Amino acid sequence: MNSPHDAGQAPTPSPVPSPAGTEQWLLRLYVAGQTPRSVLAFANLRQICEEHLAGCYQIEVIDLQAQPELAREDQILAIPTLVRALPEPVRRIIGDLSHTERVLVGLDLKPRA
Amino acid sequence: MTPLSSPLSKAPTGILGLDDITGGGLPRGRPTLVCGGPGCGKTLLAMEFLVRGATRFAEPGVFMAFEEGDQELAENVASLGFDLAQLVHDRQLLVDRVEIDRTEMEASGEFDLEALFIRIGHALDAIGAKRLVLDTIEVLFAGLPNPILVRAELHRLFRWLKDRGVTAVVTGERGDGSLTRQGLEEYVSDCVIALDHRVSNLVATRRLRVVKYRGSTHGTNEYPFIIDADGIAVLPITALGLAHEAPTERVSSGIPRLDAMLAGGGFYRGSSILVSGTAGTGKTTLATHFADAACRRGERVLFFAFEESPRQIERNQRSVGIDLVPWVDQGLLQFSAQRPTFQGLEMHLTAMHKAIHRFQPHNVVVDPLNSFISPGNEIEVKAMLMRLVDHLKVQGITGYFTSLTAGGSPVDQTDTAISSLIDTWLMLLAMESGGERNRSLSILKSRGMAHSNQMREFLITDQGVVLRDVYVGPGGVLTGSARLSQEAEEEAARLVRRQEIERQQRELERQRARLEARIAELRGEFLAQEAETLGLIAREEAREKALRQGRDAMARSRQADDATGGAHELAP
Repeated sequence: MNSPHDAGQAPTPSPVPSPAGTEQWLLRLYVAGQTPRSVLAFANLRQICEEHLAGCYQIEVIDLQAQPELAREDQILAIPTLVRALPEPVRRIIGDLSHTERVLVGLDLKPRA
Repeated sequence: MTPLSSPLSKAPTGILGLDDITGGGLPRGRPTLVCGGPGCGKTLLAMEFLVRGATRFAEPGVFMAFEEGDQELAENVASLGFDLAQLVHDRQLLVDRVEIDRTEMEASGEFDLEALFIRIGHALDAIGAKRLVLDTIEVLFAGLPNPILVRAELHRLFRWLKDRGVTAVVTGERGDGSLTRQGLEEYVSDCVIALDHRVSNLVATRRLRVVKYRGSTHGTNEYPFIIDADGIAVLPITALGLAHEAPTERVSSGIPRLDAMLAGGGFYRGSSILVSGTAGTGKTTLATHFADAACRRGERVLFFAFEESPRQIERNQRSVGIDLVPWVDQGLLQFSAQRPTFQGLEMHLTAMHKAIHRFQPHNVVVDPLNSFISPGNEIEVKAMLMRLVDHLKVQGITGYFTSLTAGGSPVDQTDTAISSLIDTWLMLLAMESGGERNRSLSILKSRGMAHSNQMREFLITDQGVVLRDVYVGPGGVLTGSARLSQEAEEEAARLVRRQEIERQQRELERQRARLEARIAELRGEFLAQEAETLGLIAREEAREKALRQGRDAMARSRQADDATGGAHELAP
């Protein structure tokens, strides 16, 4: 990964209070059929949500093979793509979500380093 | 370019000139890479490919825009006369704006671009598209992490497009030392077109080159192209051979006397005519005569003016009795006026090419040709003219060019250089003598006709151009007042000679009268003498007779028996 936010430093304790119970989260996971990568992404997402958003999240899995028009409507290029639809603003994370640290940053569950 | 019988199926682009260069279009069912620097017209070329496909070849198309938004794109191409909204409404075109915002995108783990495939596939299926544009897909490299993965996915994408059999145009930004920044040419190997926007001598010129075209012959030169209100026009440069027709029909030069000099009929239709001359010798006037005559025949004339504005030409020509305005109003005459420095040579040529294509004239006037020439570009000008002449000849259009020659040198280098392309070459010269400048016209050459070798004095009157014989005498060629004064002198000399002859004639008459008088006198004398002599003879005869009668009477009285015997006796 050659992202500018590449996490090399130790995870800092989160100053953001856990939003659990205060907000309802809507997460959409875009996949294309049942590939190992999408299965992995879904598993990773479930785990992260259970850890950080227990009880106040909803995951929608959208299979673009079944609904190809949504690729255009929702501006999806990569598979898998995770979109935080709620709360605003919209956030996107692409990949199989195996890098938990990056997912948390991407979802604003952790401040950007 | 003659398209070889190629098994490769081609999808015509409908872009003026490009299909000539590629021998019929882009490889059907395969991706073509169009690359070039910023602002070189990639997006426009790609969009025109789709618009023409939809409007002319019943091949709907999908435009995947990675850079510009729908609105932006529609506005950009609206200036080219493309109504994207209508095409989209008619389901002939689908524009999908692919938004990639790196800043709001986080990456975690492995991914692929299957969603892009689905997206493209869905768009193609939605309108039954046969054509696809990916503009500019390299944006993906900036928008997505992990370039190695993106590269692998693009490779897969192009294979997938081939399998789907869609004719695709993929645009790419020119990179340092490579055709595209990300080396897209490695994936798109069937056809690569490079666009270029170069500035030389402060003038920008767009050029197009087919870098490769697998399985097909193609023009390998750099071809200039322009982008204007009708889209892109590429000019094939040397695709033409010497196979044009040679009509025998003649067209008038607009000046009867000049037609007479040209073997009595004027120029050949479809030939190229050059009028060269120094400043102010009436080149434009001669050209407008030609244009006027053509319009009178009901033919269309396209007049490229590079020195004067159309209004100025109209006004100036009215002063010599030629009114061009009605022809313009009737749509027979069209002016195209531009400063030579407005754009590069190639662009001028391309623009002229395009104007000819649009107006379909029978005759084209370029006045003057050599305003393009600046030190050092004679060769280019020649190349340009050659292409123009070739094009006109193939189209059967009569080309009328004027050329300003430098003072002092009657035929400058450029004229010589282009001479081989010219069928009929007229030369206008200003002859300076006796404090006057006078114009003369002569025919340097005229292929295929017995043309006059005579120099004519060329007068511009308010009734138009009049050709007159020049005075050629021991003192050289005289024109203008010198000719008039020479003619007056000759007239005087002739008068003197005539008077001399008359005097001599009178003298002769007098001599004749004198001679005749003497003849009459002599004859009188002779007659008198003759009469006297005859009188003498008569008298003598009368006396003789009387004598004989007397003797006879005496003999009778003597009763002489024999006159003879008696006579003897009587003899003393």
